[in-house]
Amino acid sequence: MSGFLEFQGVTKRFGHVLAVNDVSFSVKKGEFFSLLGPSGCGKTTLLRLIAGFEQPDEGRILLDGQDITRLPANKRSVNTVFQNYALFPHLSVYDNIAFGLRVARRPKDEIEREVAAMLRLVQMEDKADRFPNQISGGQKQRVAIARALVNKPRVLLLDEPLAALDLKLRQRMLLELDLIHDEVGITFLYVTHDQGEAMSLSDRIAVMHSGVCEQIASPAEVYEAPKTSFVASFIGDTNFFDGVVTSFPENNYCKLDINGFAEVVCYNDKQKAIGDRVNLSLRPEKFRVSVDPPPRQNPHMNVLRARVEDIIYSGNHTNYWVSVGARRVAVYQQHLGYLLDEKPIRWGDDVWLYWDADTGYMLDDYAPIDESLLPPKAPGGAASANPFTSGREDGAAK
Amino acid sequence: MRRSFFSMTMLGLVMAFLYVPVILIFAYGFVPNGVSMSFFGHDGRFLGFSGKWFGLIFSGHYSVRPLLQSFWLSLRIAGLATLVSCVLGTTAALALHKWKSRLQSIHYGLVYTPLIMPDILIGISLLMLFVASGIECGFWTILIAHVTFCVSYVTMTLLARLQDFDDRIIEAAYDLGAGPWYTFFRIELPLLLPGIVAGGLLAFTLSIDDVVITSFVNGAGTNTFPTYVSSMTKHSRNLPAVFVLSTLMLLFTCALVGVSKFLTSNHEPRRKA
Repeated sequence: MSGFLEFQGVTKRFGHVLAVNDVSFSVKKGEFFSLLGPSGCGKTTLLRLIAGFEQPDEGRILLDGQDITRLPANKRSVNTVFQNYALFPHLSVYDNIAFGLRVARRPKDEIEREVAAMLRLVQMEDKADRFPNQISGGQKQRVAIARALVNKPRVLLLDEPLAALDLKLRQRMLLELDLIHDEVGITFLYVTHDQGEAMSLSDRIAVMHSGVCEQIASPAEVYEAPKTSFVASFIGDTNFFDGVVTSFPENNYCKLDINGFAEVVCYNDKQKAIGDRVNLSLRPEKFRVSVDPPPRQNPHMNVLRARVEDIIYSGNHTNYWVSVGARRVAVYQQHLGYLLDEKPIRWGDDVWLYWDADTGYMLDDYAPIDESLLPPKAPGGAASANPFTSGREDGAAK
Repeated sequence: MRRSFFSMTMLGLVMAFLYVPVILIFAYGFVPNGVSMSFFGHDGRFLGFSGKWFGLIFSGHYSVRPLLQSFWLSLRIAGLATLVSCVLGTTAALALHKWKSRLQSIHYGLVYTPLIMPDILIGISLLMLFVASGIECGFWTILIAHVTFCVSYVTMTLLARLQDFDDRIIEAAYDLGAGPWYTFFRIELPLLLPGIVAGGLLAFTLSIDDVVITSFVNGAGTNTFPTYVSSMTKHSRNLPAVFVLSTLMLLFTCALVGVSKFLTSNHEPRRKA
């Protein structure tokens, strides 16, 4: 069970604030592991505990079987890439990268060789003599990564390393980080509040919320099988339904009575019994809407009548907000066929809403969600470039 | 932007109030008649400027020995006071910056007080302390007195610089394996050096022209340059020479302040690998 980097019941308080609350998990060797969560969720504190800048109040941290809980920061074989880079402003790029090796009193020729290799890895060979205030944000980022990696740390800690970069650069650095991870094979522990970064880079993600690890799983699992309502809503968009189990139409499937909505079939992987309360998360892209009734292929298909309330067209897909009774459901529909050949869906249309029972996921628990913690969502009611409502049908997919 | 007549007038008056005396001192260093202290003869004729006071000072008309002695003493005291207060001030500023507590606010108060306390009070209280503890006034008492107020200036200058110091840089050094000493000498000290030098220059300037405090604690026969000059003014025929000395000191001080300003501006020190 023991992993390469292991947390055992780690708790950290700042005064009365519980920053990290009894967190236990382990990271495998060579893994790209992300700590994902909104600001203030304790992910940075967790990283600082590993780096040695903070000491936990309870619990232990093990690195490769060795207890490093009380080891000072400069004695730990982990290195950090800081959010604002924290490069030494009075040292050149070369000296910044060489710093760790010089501290370790490595032989001169070895330092030269290693630093040159790092400069090559981050493509900064021609900037070795520059000072931090003479290079761009993206270049600073590379120097910070090289400065940490040159020491061959057992774990590389990255604290929101891309947060200060603009979107284009962020996407490029994302690819480069992935390449560097593949090339050096060091364990990466990546702290971010950006689900996109975490999803695209990580082998596994720990989703954190108010000092607690809500779920640790692969990106696909975290998205498709969220354990809690927080995970479901923090990562991607979702529709929540709470209902009561009424019957079992067949093995592994149950019928739910969702208050004010309808009776729906859903996959019963949680072994619920009749009368149990169930919280269901249904991702918007699992739904389909159409003007014509759907072909009824299997008995697990839920089919409802709905009214279109809002449409946002964005080329490859359209976001619909439809109402079923008093409930609003978000639907993201990919345009698989040639859109202009399809029957257009307009505001106020009565449409068919259908989804497969297998696509919903029962949450372990449901708690009201603080909307301010969630990443910004697409606006719901804004009129937008929409071929159906504006009549400009030439703007469609081509 | 239009400036009003009133504010321009006020500005002119204030500037005149501040700088006319300085200009007069400079000008009277060139006065031709040391008794009448006038540029004009009895007949109202303009006598022109005279360089004789400069000549007298540099040619040894006044016994140069005590003058040079006092200047050498001033230099030694200012140098030593600067050195000691830089070390003490740097440690004090780092401590005040790193740790915040009740004790630290008392610490801050103690460091801050000499800045606002009247010189006379500092002088008298130090003199009383030295007399009470039986220390003979002289070189060391002057040095202690100067360090007392210089430390405050160094600390405050450095604290201001520490405000925009990125503490993560220190964490980064620890993270890369450096211990506290290595981090201090390779990271903190080089980055704070401009602040320390600026504070030190300020301390040097204050120490080398201090009259009030020094005159309390110098003891009989020990004179720093400023106290020697001030005693020279008691003989009125020497007045223009005093003006010349004042002018020279003013230029010296200006040069120091200029260097200090240059160092505190945004010039990061550059070092090649």
